Amino acid sequence: MVRTAHPALLEVENLSVRFVLPGSEVFAVNRVSFQVAPAETFAIVGESGSGKSVSMLSIMGLIASPPAQITGSIRLEGRELIGLGTRRLNRIRGRDMAMVFQEPMSSLNPVHKVGRQIGEGLRIHQGLSRRAARRRAVELLDRVGIPSAATRADSYPHEFSGGMRQRAMIAMALACEPKLLIADEPTTALDVTVQAQIVELIRELQKEYRLAVIWVTHDLGVVAEIADRVGVMYGGRMLESGSASRIYRSSRHPYTLGLLRSIPRLDQPTSTRLPEIPGVPLRVTEQLTGCPFEARCPMSAEGCDEQLPEPEPVGNGGHLSACLHHKEIGSAEALFPEGTLTSGRAGQSEPDNRPFISIRDLKVHFPVAGGPRRRKSAAIRALDGVTLEIRKGQTLGVVGESGCGKTTLGRALVALEVPTSGTIEINGRPIDPKSGPHRRTVQMVFQDPFSSMNPGMSIREVVAEPIRIHRLAPTREIPNRVAELMEQVGLPPENGDQYPHEFSGGQRQRIALARALAAAPEMVVCDEPVSALDVSVQAQVVNLLAEVQSATGLAIVFISHDLAVVRHIAHQVAVMYLGEIVEKGDRDALYDHPLHPYTKVLLAAVPIPETDPSRRGDRIILTGELPDPSDPPTGCRFHTRCPVAVDGLCNVAKPDLVEVEKGRWVSCHLVTGTGSEPTSVSA
Amino acid sequence: MKAARSETKPRAAVRRFRVRLPNILGVIGGVIVTTLIVVAIFAPWLAPYDPKERVARPFLPPGEGHVLGTNDVGQDLLSELIVGTRVSLMVGIVAATVALIIGAAIGVLAGYYPKRLGSVLMRGVDVVLILPFLPLLIVLAAYLGRSLLNTIVVIGVLIWAEPARIIRSQVLSLRSRQYVLAARSMGASDRWTIFRHVIPRTALLATGSFVRAISGAILLEASLSFLGLGDPIQKSWGSTLFWAQTRGAFLTPAWQWWVLPPGLLIMAASLGFALIAFALEERIDPRL
Repeated sequence: MVRTAHPALLEVENLSVRFVLPGSEVFAVNRVSFQVAPAETFAIVGESGSGKSVSMLSIMGLIASPPAQITGSIRLEGRELIGLGTRRLNRIRGRDMAMVFQEPMSSLNPVHKVGRQIGEGLRIHQGLSRRAARRRAVELLDRVGIPSAATRADSYPHEFSGGMRQRAMIAMALACEPKLLIADEPTTALDVTVQAQIVELIRELQKEYRLAVIWVTHDLGVVAEIADRVGVMYGGRMLESGSASRIYRSSRHPYTLGLLRSIPRLDQPTSTRLPEIPGVPLRVTEQLTGCPFEARCPMSAEGCDEQLPEPEPVGNGGHLSACLHHKEIGSAEALFPEGTLTSGRAGQSEPDNRPFISIRDLKVHFPVAGGPRRRKSAAIRALDGVTLEIRKGQTLGVVGESGCGKTTLGRALVALEVPTSGTIEINGRPIDPKSGPHRRTVQMVFQDPFSSMNPGMSIREVVAEPIRIHRLAPTREIPNRVAELMEQVGLPPENGDQYPHEFSGGQRQRIALARALAAAPEMVVCDEPVSALDVSVQAQVVNLLAEVQSATGLAIVFISHDLAVVRHIAHQVAVMYLGEIVEKGDRDALYDHPLHPYTKVLLAAVPIPETDPSRRGDRIILTGELPDPSDPPTGCRFHTRCPVAVDGLCNVAKPDLVEVEKGRWVSCHLVTGTGSEPTSVSA
Repeated sequence: MKAARSETKPRAAVRRFRVRLPNILGVIGGVIVTTLIVVAIFAPWLAPYDPKERVARPFLPPGEGHVLGTNDVGQDLLSELIVGTRVSLMVGIVAATVALIIGAAIGVLAGYYPKRLGSVLMRGVDVVLILPFLPLLIVLAAYLGRSLLNTIVVIGVLIWAEPARIIRSQVLSLRSRQYVLAARSMGASDRWTIFRHVIPRTALLATGSFVRAISGAILLEASLSFLGLGDPIQKSWGSTLFWAQTRGAFLTPAWQWWVLPPGLLIMAASLGFALIAFALEERIDPRL
């Protein structure tokens, strides 16, 4: 072990957590050691099942034992935490260390006012009176950036938006001024714009309170700019740890290199195919005998499966790598090549400019029942006048924050939503929500593949369903057709008798795609198809979509909040805000020269896995959150959050979506013609 | 610390017992029901006499040859009870089936189309649930006349509302599941989604409420027959009680062999099915 110069605040040594369940065992954490110094940010990066959350929960003493067996040592300021009784642990938890969880809504008690929940810790640990605790809670809420904190302290959690709830959680964690803050995926459930705000907030607070932060995440991008040191976990092992710049720039572990390579990035040219890590994340159910990453590692050699590699120093600053062959690691490009598609992109090889689907002024409003006056006119305007065209063999990326209407757009395309007004025409014929052969043309892939499959059906039945519904093949030929489809999406057809729960997330998304393809559609709507997947698997699914498209000439609508993924796969991109399209155009034009202020902010908020600030580009942090879609702002809907809004124009007149260049549509008063920038006011 | 540990042991035992309780009760119910069904199937061979024949002097107390004595016309009471098992169980099961078919159809439709059709159907369910049960049963039975078929129909028509509500709530939650949406997005008809995705996923729950309905139907059949509204020709436990009542056995020492045994059998059958239903429901949905 290389000791860091300063004394550690938290020392974790050989921590192992094993869950013993009837009939099975899970080795969640396997001899993990790391240290966190005061006022330091340590990021733990890992996929699902890597043991990152379990190790954090064991630090907080939140894992019930039994069924878990926890061994090793966890010392906070030299005091051993393992084996400490509940009462003593309670004195430390909340006071010396605090935790922020992923889902702020489920970690706040819905029946208590926010201010009271924040004050709770103060009253327990510092014995403050009710009144003093409240005063402190208001101060804290104000500090974490909640406007008019004194009144908001009396609100209930459901009255807060997602970002505000996470702020309240942070205020609660900071109440007793702990020395260590554990943040378990604190921004995963939030939009990119809000995520940037929270990252900024934690960074500020850390300086102010001299807080040590352990930031647990699956996303290498988020932590790049705030982490001092990074640890990469996989299969319950800490595979690599070291200073952030070492990890991002000169990693000495193939898994870290693979992760960094497989994330689509905004700051690099798009390639035809993302480099991918083959296979699926490991779930360790028996004692590891070799390197956990061995099965997926491109460098796996003899001996890798026989010897569990221990972390060894590979560079200065305490850089450790648990790889037997770390000396032989070449360039990341060589390890994880981009590869090429079997054939060129269909959309580029045959420019078919006929619109295949045209959406005209589409509106979908959901009436809201209730409200204080029960106004009948109240409606959530999920889609408010969307006009779009989708061409054959092309991918249209739809991006925007949650609540912008992108999911409703996707659902309207497969007739799951009935338009309030406007039309959707497929090949010149309006969509008919009735069932029938015409519904075959457009199919959908959902965000969560598991819940979109009937758990009582085998995979074979799942994939065969559209064939049966539309009677696309005689019963005798269905098994053959299903086997073909499974092969097409890279699944062994002999697994057809298994049930959805027996597959991993990435495999399930492959099954979902096979099912969509079974109907032989002309277009597939993918609603956040990779958001629920592990980072190392996302690239596989994105590549698969591109492959299928080039093989079949399919049109794809790719709905996502992840701008980097959309940039990778889309030909055309539409940016949505509050039910409207604010900008649309060709991918490269839009990403290289965003015109609408919202597009600019959105792009600036995307985290880039790069530790050097000069390489990251400017960061514009959008203030506030999405306004209430049942009562959108007057004029330009974005003016309330727009950094360049002009009073008297943007809040009064509604801008039209106009073509500023060929194929480039923008809805902004400040963007009028070619090359004009929103900073130059022209009104 | 040590004191605390010794406290947790009995607590753990209590928790284990709570977890196992539904299974234990389920097994008890299973044993009762299996025994009764075996008796019902082999009734003609098990019964020592033909219950419709006069085999001895009337009003005989329990004694040699007649374990439970004889009734007012000299028929063997034990044989009457054994053969009566058939009618009681049969009416219970068939009436519950009728109730399940009506209840499932209405529950599935009301759950899948919750807006207009659903609210109309559920108002109908509310009406059936609100109506005073026994008076309606008596009126209906009296109006339709006394026959086995009518008994079944009357009971079935009255107890479908409970399964309908249970099934509707399940269908309501199923119809917004992602896989039902997925099927609809593929272009599947309502019929397809109902038969492929909704009904198979309600089957387990329906089984639970079916078994519970049997338990209720057995009690109702006994009530009807006891009131003399059952089929006069068929011997059932309820009708044995009816004759015991009309011949004044409730007031004489004869209640011990004429009233108590059929009463206990009715209780046992109803309890047996109810226990199975409880165990099933616990398995299907531990929150119930």
